[in-house]
Amino acid sequence: MTRFLARRLGYLLVTLLVTSLLIFLITQLLPGDVARVILGREASEPALQALRERLGLTRPAPVQYLTWLVAFLRGDWGTSFATEQAIRPLVLERLGNSLMLAGLTLAIAVPLAIALGVAAALRAGRWPDAVISVASLAVVGLPEFVTGLVLIEVFAFRLRWLPANASIAPEAGFLEALPMLILPALTATLVLLAYIARLTRASVLEELGRAYVRTAVLKGLPPRVVLVRHVLRNALLPTVTVVAISVGWLISGLIVVENVFNYPGLGRLLTFAIDRRDVPLLQAISLVAVLAFALANLVADVLYAVLNPRIRLG
Amino acid sequence: MTTSPSPGALATRGPHAFGRALRALFARPGSAIGTSLVAGFLLLAAVGPLIAPYGANEQVFAEARQPPSLARPFGTDHLGRDVFSRVLLGARDIVSVAGLGSLVAVVLGAAAGLLTSYLGGLVEELTFRFFDALLAMPALLLALLLLGMLGPSRANVLIVLTLAYVPIVARVVRSVVLDVKSKDYVAAARMQGEPLPAVLLRDVLPAVLPALAVEAALRFSYAIFLVASLGFLGAGVQPPSPDWGLMIREARTFASLTPWALAAPAVAISVLVVAVNLMAEGLARALQVTRGVR
Repeated sequence: MTRFLARRLGYLLVTLLVTSLLIFLITQLLPGDVARVILGREASEPALQALRERLGLTRPAPVQYLTWLVAFLRGDWGTSFATEQAIRPLVLERLGNSLMLAGLTLAIAVPLAIALGVAAALRAGRWPDAVISVASLAVVGLPEFVTGLVLIEVFAFRLRWLPANASIAPEAGFLEALPMLILPALTATLVLLAYIARLTRASVLEELGRAYVRTAVLKGLPPRVVLVRHVLRNALLPTVTVVAISVGWLISGLIVVENVFNYPGLGRLLTFAIDRRDVPLLQAISLVAVLAFALANLVADVLYAVLNPRIRLG
Repeated sequence: MTTSPSPGALATRGPHAFGRALRALFARPGSAIGTSLVAGFLLLAAVGPLIAPYGANEQVFAEARQPPSLARPFGTDHLGRDVFSRVLLGARDIVSVAGLGSLVAVVLGAAAGLLTSYLGGLVEELTFRFFDALLAMPALLLALLLLGMLGPSRANVLIVLTLAYVPIVARVVRSVVLDVKSKDYVAAARMQGEPLPAVLLRDVLPAVLPALAVEAALRFSYAIFLVASLGFLGAGVQPPSPDWGLMIREARTFASLTPWALAAPAVAISVLVVAVNLMAEGLARALQVTRGVR
């Protein structure tokens, strides 16, 4: 297990290093003159030169990259151009909000998707299965900004049950924020739901066909016990991986959802940073998002190995 | 120079392969509906400019904010533009950008996957480590970063789609190649002294094709989704282009005044993506491609 962990960690570090290089390339080298991107076409040469000095753009690229990475690792994330605020507290506060929304989304989506997937597999080929399969295919196709707008129309404008705007106050606790979180979380849930449910259905079906299941049924175990103790234990293994992968989708999804609901998370901050060409802010948000995604994958890998000895020992 | 064909080759080759695949696609109601709808959208994209009653940015201020009627099937928006015409003309935009983007990604991804995984060794290791790093960024984040720094334009959206999808396609291709590489017929071809490109194209590629076809359909559906999301976020194609995502973004402000201007592009995107998904599902079933966990 220790060797497995060490290998996964090493792999994670290499990937993060290459990804950070990629982020640096995109934000600092690719545009040619970043100072001009930030200040616009009409900027004067002295102003451009001053910004280049401030960003350290006059130094050779490898030096720029290393200084930037080391500064980030030491917690010095710089100052935002758009707001003149220190970036770290801003990004961490928004990250907290995004994590709150992501957590609620996963808490709704994962149990619901597993229940739907198992239900569909147990009734494979009959109408509940068909309904779940077709509905999940349809839901997969709906972009978050469409489902979000529909939910707003129905629950906020027609029924007036929930607020349409989710711009929670910075000091609001989870319970205070909850009513505002429900619609964004439901919107993000719909995207994940179908994907996890379909994979759960497939893996439950596969396990149901195995010999050990037949043995368990034939020796007279009640169906519930067969399902919970034998089938699900094996069938839900791939689901662990799928949930980790869907964190990537969740991050993409949350960027859109937060913009639909004006929710003060990392995704909303990202589009703000892009509108203002706030390069240091963009870099910090990207690194944090990539780090969160990588950690989710690591947790899934470790969990998978804990649950499945074949991987750990192999 | 003949070698024994792989099972995959049997499914995709032969005089009637195309007809067989088409029949399989229409064998189930879901994929039949999906495939027909996709064909319909492609047709609309082709003839849209011919049948659109108004130009995409033709403004008739006197007729602004009109609800749907016979003359204006989807009504007019806050600027007096004909929503029906804009949706029609937007079909060409999204189908061409998403289609071209996924096509380039599939071709490049297949080439990269075939070549590197066949060669193996350091080339493969380095290529796929780089792809891992690209995939470590959620697609929309990568897209927004690139478009934010390069500036939004159609060409840059294409670059984004390519960068986001080449690694995924390459991975799918690699998984098949690794499987086929050890098969006797490939070893036989090599030992006969066939040059590497011939082995790759004649013996390995046919086995990859079914999985590649399914992946292409899936990429198309994700590309539509991504392009529309970028439009909605204001990072993709810029106003006044009749991009569906952009139309939703613009119409949102006037949702209570002109709900039809919001509903029409939203329904269009949803139907198109669901149709492509249904087609991809049907294709996977017809070609017997099972997709593992990515």
